[in-house]
Amino acid sequence: MKTIFHLLKKEFRQIFRNRAMLPILFVMPAVQLLVLSFAATFEVKNISLHIVDNDQSSLSRDLTQKFLVSDHFKLTGISFSSDEALDDMQRHNTDVILHIPEHFERDLVRNQKAKLMLSINAIDGAAAAVENAYATTIIHDFNENIRIRMADQISLTGQPKVLSVTQSFWFNPELDYKTFMVPGILVLLVTMIAIFLAGMNIVREKEIGTLEQINVTPIKKHQFIIGKLLPFWILALVELGVGLIMCRVIFGIGVAGSIWVVFLFAAVYLLVVLGIGLFISNFTHTQQQAMFLSWFFMVIFILMSGLFTPIDSMPHWAQVITEFNPVRYFVEVMRMVMLKGAQLPDILPQLSKLLVYALVMNGLAVAGYRKVA
Amino acid sequence: MTYSDPIISVDKLTKKFGSFTAVNAISFQVMKGEIFGFLGANGAGKTTAMKILIGISRPTSGTATVAGYDIYKQTEQIKKSIGYMSQRFSLYNDLTIKENIEFFGGIYGLTSRQIREKSDALVEKLGLQDKFNRPISDLPLGWKQKLAFSVALLHDPKIIFLDEPTGGVDPVTRRMFWNMIYEAAYRGVTIFVTTHYMDEAEYCNRVSMMVDGKIEALDSPARLKEKFGVNSMNDVFVRLARNQDKAKVQ
Repeated sequence: MKTIFHLLKKEFRQIFRNRAMLPILFVMPAVQLLVLSFAATFEVKNISLHIVDNDQSSLSRDLTQKFLVSDHFKLTGISFSSDEALDDMQRHNTDVILHIPEHFERDLVRNQKAKLMLSINAIDGAAAAVENAYATTIIHDFNENIRIRMADQISLTGQPKVLSVTQSFWFNPELDYKTFMVPGILVLLVTMIAIFLAGMNIVREKEIGTLEQINVTPIKKHQFIIGKLLPFWILALVELGVGLIMCRVIFGIGVAGSIWVVFLFAAVYLLVVLGIGLFISNFTHTQQQAMFLSWFFMVIFILMSGLFTPIDSMPHWAQVITEFNPVRYFVEVMRMVMLKGAQLPDILPQLSKLLVYALVMNGLAVAGYRKVA
Repeated sequence: MTYSDPIISVDKLTKKFGSFTAVNAISFQVMKGEIFGFLGANGAGKTTAMKILIGISRPTSGTATVAGYDIYKQTEQIKKSIGYMSQRFSLYNDLTIKENIEFFGGIYGLTSRQIREKSDALVEKLGLQDKFNRPISDLPLGWKQKLAFSVALLHDPKIIFLDEPTGGVDPVTRRMFWNMIYEAAYRGVTIFVTTHYMDEAEYCNRVSMMVDGKIEALDSPARLKEKFGVNSMNDVFVRLARNQDKAKVQ
């Protein structure tokens, strides 16, 4: 116990003596959280719209008008031929083409149904899906108005059939991407700090030769690993606290559930991440190797975390891999607790998985640390 | 003074790295309280052998005991009984003298009171009072080496292993360093030292000459000079090392 205390004291002295360390620990993540939270947006604005109106009726103009008043679309072209519109899209001047065919109004009034066509530039698939959703919503609204208007006329003769579906989004009512992204980005920042600090640490002592001196002391392997793990564990938890305060103050995202559940989960989660870092540190000989290896894991962890792309839409084998991604569980739990107000029993499956993971990784880190030259 | 009580016993110790034999069945004993010089050309296998004896490398075959403990099974007990100073300076440069002493004293299990007493004595002896709270990186190399030696002695080890402790140090500081070694030996600490300075070899009670993984000669400096009919340890070294080079050419 006393040995661990001496190790802790030494690590903290080294961390706080290093002038570059505090900015790395606190300023860098703060800047990243600010910048990334605004940049990692799924919202699509200023969609270039080309309208091909072959009907030129009052209804077609109504529909056009509805698109124009939307914040999301800006009109970049009007023409009478689909070919012309497609040419425009080929030249990347337009993202979405709305084709209104001839007799649109007539068909709609007479047959109570008419056809419209949307052509969307889907080079960026994710953006295309969003554009499609916006356009569909507008058309849906338009449709709804028409039905009500026509129902007024029909009501003279019979009961109108107005069936409307209303949507409501839970937990993130305004569909604000920030609410969704910020907790996840915070997870990534804390993870990066933890994995890199731990990953570089032991290998750095190898490089400068002090590890050999430690190895000839009677220090026990688990004492050494605990002494290396605890300082970064504490720092990362502080970092998480600072990040949560930023979320609250800057983005107005509070924790819907209990903050203690967040920290309890983070405490276990960080043991896993630090265990991975120390494991890397044990098996590399230079900081450069450790850096590349840490990046290898980090990139996989980030892109397979479900933060940017839903895990459900990954192929099955990839979904299996994400089971071994600690970041995935933390992102899940942060969203559950921060947005849905999940309680401890709700996150037990994730918590128990990570607990096992933490034991395995740190067991490997202790076993992998050999007190040899 | 004669030494008769072995504190290090090595028997046919061998270390192979693949097909290369770094240490080739060496056998020797080091007596309690002795200053034992472990000489050899670069790459002769000195450091490898020393790393086995201090418990941070496992031999391929052979046996050895250090301070009565087996080098295969009792490496952690060995580590409690020995001090080690490597050829690379290995105190923490970003910590102060005080903090280094606290740390190394602490992990050897000294109480905070022992640490305070020891560091007071040490600082006074080395005259480092005004540098006590400065980072070690500010110290000149010679001072660093003397400090590293003192830190390796903090926990009163029975044996201290010194791997080229005076490499790159000026002659005056080297002299002072050897005075410290003598003082430690006088207090009963066994000294196991490697060096490339042949004047330092003369300071040892006995020296062994390692050539190509084998011990080619082992005796007091005086007897070795007599045996090879030369006037200095330098000549002894050159003689042995040259034989070895000839053997290689043939």
